[in-house]
Amino acid sequence: MRFDTTITGVFATLLIAFLGYSFYLYADLPQQNGPVSPQVAQGKLLWQQHNCSACHQVYGLGGYLGPDLTNVYSRRGSDFIRGFLQAGVNTMPAFHLSEQDMEALLAYLKNIDQSGNADPRQFIPQTYGHIVQR
Amino acid sequence: MGTLYNDKTPFTRVFLFTGLALMAVGLIFGLIGGLQYLVPSFLKAQLSFDKIRPLHVSSMVFWIIMAAMGCVLTYIEEHTGRKLYSARLAKVQFGFFLFAILSIFSSYVMRIFGGREYWEFPPMLAIPIILGWILFLINFLLSIRTLKNQPVYVWMWLTGVFFFLFTFLESYLWLIPYFRNNVVNDMTIQWKSYGSIVGSWNMLIYGSSIFFMDKISGDKKYSRSPIAFAIYFLGLFNLMFNWGHHIYTLPTHSFIKHISYAVSMTELLLLGRIIYLWKSSLSTTQKHYHQPGYRFMAAADVWIFLNLILAITMSVPAINIYTHGTHITVAHAMGTTIGINSMILLAMIYDIMANSGRKIIPFKQSLKFGYWLANISLFVFWVALIIVGILKARWQMSVDQEPFGSMMSQLRPFFMIFLGSGTTLAIGFLTVISILLTQKPLSQST
Ligand code: HEC
Ligand code: HEM
Repeated sequence: MRFDTTITGVFATLLIAFLGYSFYLYADLPQQNGPVSPQVAQGKLLWQQHNCSACHQVYGLGGYLGPDLTNVYSRRGSDFIRGFLQAGVNTMPAFHLSEQDMEALLAYLKNIDQSGNADPRQFIPQTYGHIVQR
Repeated sequence: MGTLYNDKTPFTRVFLFTGLALMAVGLIFGLIGGLQYLVPSFLKAQLSFDKIRPLHVSSMVFWIIMAAMGCVLTYIEEHTGRKLYSARLAKVQFGFFLFAILSIFSSYVMRIFGGREYWEFPPMLAIPIILGWILFLINFLLSIRTLKNQPVYVWMWLTGVFFFLFTFLESYLWLIPYFRNNVVNDMTIQWKSYGSIVGSWNMLIYGSSIFFMDKISGDKKYSRSPIAFAIYFLGLFNLMFNWGHHIYTLPTHSFIKHISYAVSMTELLLLGRIIYLWKSSLSTTQKHYHQPGYRFMAAADVWIFLNLILAITMSVPAINIYTHGTHITVAHAMGTTIGINSMILLAMIYDIMANSGRKIIPFKQSLKFGYWLANISLFVFWVALIIVGILKARWQMSVDQEPFGSMMSQLRPFFMIFLGSGTTLAIGFLTVISILLTQKPLSQST
């Protein structure tokens, strides 16, 4: 009986902590969360509909056949990306997007570029194993 | 005990058969994907990599989920000594899942994507999964009836069933603009949910495996001991709070990263315990060596050890900046889903089949061949992925990065090893699967 009470108690404590943490995060999201332009919103949906993340990563998460695209917008510029998407290469299909969709996708890539820097080289390891961003 | 439940709800076995079939197709999709790494034009018109990756990953995720549900449903009956609360509910649950899986595969083939990693199908198709899972939850609770005086595996099942539902729903918060408008916020919640979903199905699988080990050893003391509960709570604690180790490089709240780093390191306790108990677990292994199901459990033990070392290493932020975004993550993902989840599930499926009036296959000939081929290949496969990851990490961190394409072409020899060992791995597993699927029933009287 006492054993049961202890178990239920530990379980309930953890559950409450988890729910508290979860709802705290929902309420206090990490970045300034203004509304985005309809174009960026559309671009994000296109990114998902074409499953770009099957081959590409954002902040290092996604598929591994192609490069990380978090900061491709500032690294390559919109003309390069546009050309790349239209032509494709042997490992990446060509995407035949309308002008409007192309603009939206580019706006989204610009938007994620502005959210931060995903280059692992900018992190400095700390003695206790943590990292800080340069 | 075995014969006791022969006449219970044999329908739950259908989950296991379906799971095995999904694993078989998943292996084929994996091979096609691996081949496309080397020959991009292979099947490009019909099944290009953007379709193959989700086909492969979803097949495997559903293999694990279906088989885990089947094991839990079967073992609940064995544990309570009663029939399931409702066999019909289990059938409807199965129907929802089958419908979802078939629709998901069709949507991928037709290039209709929802495009979220791992759940790459249109959000509509999450509805049958959620409904099916709610039926599972109801059936589970009403079959168990009480939490009083229950062994640890019942708590683990409860945790898995509840948290899967919660975190799966959480992974769809992005449908609300508030959560998706900013990519960093979106990814924070996305990986919060993904981290815990995996923990949830692990609870179902590990819980069942404890039940299974109790049964093999005939000793029920462990599953009610304080140490068993302590380890369960350690797992639950990690399920809840360690997910931030996926997003160390994301510019999100820094407290998330500190919490996750600290929580992840508590897994060292688990590692220490494994090493400490190594000897005694070896003698248990010898005692039950004749049991084929036990062999798969013994293999899982080795894979737990290897993958735990890898996982803990990757969870140190200063190391994670090297491994993140490389095939080391793939080695971790496949190492755990194959070496741990699949091995344990195969062990239990073997046990359940042997208990449901089918002929028991001794650990000989083709079963032995399949088992060893799969395990040895997996080791080569896993090491090849880690090497690819290390080489990519070196590239990622180099000052004057050469172009991505030329880095990838230098990795070709290792992708060849990956594909070669992937092929033998698939042959090994397909052998085991075909034995399980074609097991002949004993004469009706047994
Ligand atoms: C089938 C896999 C695949 C899919 C799907 C895919 N890509 Fe790619 N992509 C690649 C590969 C591989 C490369 C690298 C090619 C090279 O440099 O050799 C690449 C390169 C790129 C580049 C150039 C990056 C650079 O720095 O040079 C951009 C931009 C890009 N992809 C955007 C996209 C977008 C946007 C989508 C979705 C609409 C997408 N890709 C879908 C495989 C894919
Ligand atoms: C039981 C067997 C298997 C299971 C459970 C499994 C599971 C998985 C999982 C979970 C992922 C996602 C990895 C991640 O995102 O980090 C994955 C990716 C992948 N798997 Fe498997 N896998 C299996 C067998 C195979 C085999 C035999 C091959 C053949 C070579 C293969 C090839 C691949 C490829 C190419 C990817 C995609 C990697 C990328 O994104 O570029 N898998 N698998």
